Amino acid sequence: MLRTIGHRLALLVPTLFGLSLLLFLWVRSLPGGPATALLGDKATPQAVARINELYGFDKPFIEQYATYMGKLLSGDFGVSLRTGRPVLDEFATRFPATLELTAIALVFAVGLGIPLGYWAAKHVGRWQDQLSVFLSLGGVVVPVFFLAFILKWIFAIRLGWFPTDGRQDPRIDATHYTDFYLLDGLMTQEWDAAWDAFMHLVLPGIALGTIPLAIIVRITRASVLEVVNADYVRTARAKGIGANLIRNRFVLRNAMLPVTTTIGLQLGLLISGAVLTETVFAFNGIGRFLRDAIFYLDYPVLQGFIIFIAVIYSLINLLVDVSYNLIDPRVRVQ
Amino acid sequence: MTMDGPNTTGSRRPRRRLAALTATLAIGALALSACAESQREDDGGGGGDSDVDSTFIFAASSDPQSLDPAFASDGESFRVSRQIFEGLVGVESGTPDPEPLLAESWDQSEDGLSYTFDLKEGVTFHDGTEFNAEAVCANFDRWFNFEGIQQAESVGYYYNALFKGYADSPENAVYEACSADDELTATVTLAKPFAGFIASLSLPAFAMQSPTAMEEFGADDISGTEEAPVLSEYATGHPVGTGPFKFESWQTGQQIELSAYEDYWGEQGQVQEIIFRVIDDPTTRRQSLEAGDIDGYDLVAPADTASLKDKGFNVMARDPFTILYLGFNHKIEELSDPLVRQAIAHAIDKEALVAQTLPEGTETATQFIPDSVNGYNDDVTEYEYDPEKAKDLLAEAGYEDGFELDFNYPTGVSRPYMPTPEQVFSNISAQLEEVGITVSPQPNKWSPDYLDRIQGGADHGIHLLGWTGDYNDTDNFVGVFFGGQKPEFGFENKELFDKLAEARKIPDVEEQTPLYEEINADIAEFLPAIPLAHPAPSLGFSPRVESYPVSPVNDEVFNEIVLSE
Repeated sequence: MLRTIGHRLALLVPTLFGLSLLLFLWVRSLPGGPATALLGDKATPQAVARINELYGFDKPFIEQYATYMGKLLSGDFGVSLRTGRPVLDEFATRFPATLELTAIALVFAVGLGIPLGYWAAKHVGRWQDQLSVFLSLGGVVVPVFFLAFILKWIFAIRLGWFPTDGRQDPRIDATHYTDFYLLDGLMTQEWDAAWDAFMHLVLPGIALGTIPLAIIVRITRASVLEVVNADYVRTARAKGIGANLIRNRFVLRNAMLPVTTTIGLQLGLLISGAVLTETVFAFNGIGRFLRDAIFYLDYPVLQGFIIFIAVIYSLINLLVDVSYNLIDPRVRVQ
Repeated sequence: MTMDGPNTTGSRRPRRRLAALTATLAIGALALSACAESQREDDGGGGGDSDVDSTFIFAASSDPQSLDPAFASDGESFRVSRQIFEGLVGVESGTPDPEPLLAESWDQSEDGLSYTFDLKEGVTFHDGTEFNAEAVCANFDRWFNFEGIQQAESVGYYYNALFKGYADSPENAVYEACSADDELTATVTLAKPFAGFIASLSLPAFAMQSPTAMEEFGADDISGTEEAPVLSEYATGHPVGTGPFKFESWQTGQQIELSAYEDYWGEQGQVQEIIFRVIDDPTTRRQSLEAGDIDGYDLVAPADTASLKDKGFNVMARDPFTILYLGFNHKIEELSDPLVRQAIAHAIDKEALVAQTLPEGTETATQFIPDSVNGYNDDVTEYEYDPEKAKDLLAEAGYEDGFELDFNYPTGVSRPYMPTPEQVFSNISAQLEEVGITVSPQPNKWSPDYLDRIQGGADHGIHLLGWTGDYNDTDNFVGVFFGGQKPEFGFENKELFDKLAEARKIPDVEEQTPLYEEINADIAEFLPAIPLAHPAPSLGFSPRVESYPVSPVNDEVFNEIVLSE
């Protein structure tokens, strides 16, 4: 297993290398050169010259690439053009927020999606099945920003059960170590802070988790249906093995393989795609930051973000592969 | 194992695993909490009335550009710096007029070039540094010695705009020297007359900052480029002034915290802690107020005013100190004809526009300054709403069948002078279609496209833009718009440019009046653009906010807020 992981990690190196090369070429091939892209087409020649000198765009190509890679490898992603702070710092303060939100969304999607999918498969063709298929279809077709807005309007504004936005009530005097507010609250045993952070996560978590939920329900249902009719399940049943054991070890375990792949893909999407949810709930995560970066053509941020997401995706894929190892012994043997 | 039935085996293994998992989590949590002590302090909110929640939460539309007001020019930066810093000159409550603040009085010399300030006694900066004549001169000299990128418009905007030159370019400079006569007397000498000098010192950009703190945290260490300046440590985390609130923390994109400065020389007021939360979406700001998560926000959309009031929230309007205008690009053939410009002016029903698209308290405009500003002229040419006359004028100019016109307007923006530009656009274009002008809509995103398109070149038609006055000075309005040839308007009117330059040079405000009155009449006659309205920006507050120091120039310091619970 460790060898598999090591092998996978080693494969990450050429992938990221290729990606960084593409990014390098992308920035340098912006129409009119990076300086013009940065300054707009009405820039004075002096301003262009100054930018070129500052970022080294006037140096030979190879030299530029060497500096660029050198900086990347030492973790220097440059400075955001919009906020004037290092890109890495900007990510570091916002990433925990997005990760926390993603975790909640995923817990919601998996925790509800797998049982619901199984339930539908068990009652295939009957009203339970139809209801869950209908609900999951609804989850896919409702746009996230609309759902987020409706949830917020009903539960936060009309009913007042949840806070409307942000990550924590600023009135609460909370101690922060990790910037995962929920975790911080639990660790420092500031229970009110933890509870408040959790309440702030509920609505955005549901909004963000709905599409993955719908997909997980459908995948689970389909793959359980496929497994339930497999020969080994019929054999197990014929042997007189109890229903619980059949469900847990024979059906669910085998049905989980496609579901795991889906969860992995969705996780990547969630981390990179919380833009709309974060905007509606004024949640200070990387999604909102990225949106602003796109509007301002803040290319150091975009560049850093692309590399960052590539790493995240690769790691999630690795995680999915490892979990295959755990779920399916046949993979382990290979 | 052999004795157990399949059922029990099936359920025991997960149970064992569950137990292991729980144990791991518990140990993990214990290990983590061992190194994560709560740093909470027991005392609640500090002083103030015990039955009032002394934390005031205000929603900001964005992060400040910089906490060092000398290097900022945006409203959100100034809102924060007004709490932390004070200038020599303040603003009289509820008006745009200057009044003494850190300087108790001042004298102007005979030649109008030097000003002697008597400073308030017993004022200290938040870091304990004493406020005295030396500190005043340290600030003036700092501004004067800005170099390189610090002089850029995107960095030291206000000093650049008002004091023109620096130590390395003294030929343009308005400022000459500052001397500390004694502990509490400072004399500032100007190189050129500047009638707006005292009024301009009420701008947050010219607030007094602690010389020790600026030194310690490298306030002048700005790197990067003009377009993307990298802020100093001082400007991101250590601003030190003399104001009623001191800086605590800034989590970018999230919030800024200030707390009461216990040694403040003046009235501390009820508010002990201010939190500026960044909420960039206007709808979310309103909803947060409705849900009780914030105490107030700025720029309430006109459409929300009535519903907020119905629900018991307080909506307070500032006296208008703004101008919204419809600009003409004189490079367009049709618009270079005065008859066409007059026709368009007659085609627009300003009353209807104000009633339908602008906040309560908004006044229609006849000229480019509000009536509280020096040089306001009651007798300027007015173009009353008269579509028939507009058609006649168009016919006279040779466009009896009308013509097509580009209409540029910004999207995704809300400014004090223009809360809902899209609505203003549709209102005006309907009125123009009425008299036979075919409007071709040209929407542009405010940031970064719109201003570039309007101010950067000639590629635009009629357009919406405006201005919020910074302090009571006529040149700050008309001079900004019409002081020279600009791509925005594209006209060349030497007489007007000369008159504005002349008015700026008169050292005494009262002597400026007749000339500015004349200038305003000339502008109304020439009609380089149509003044539409003086929109009144409003703020929304939770019911517990009894009073808030609304100011036409946004000089709103939170120690004057009165809370009821």
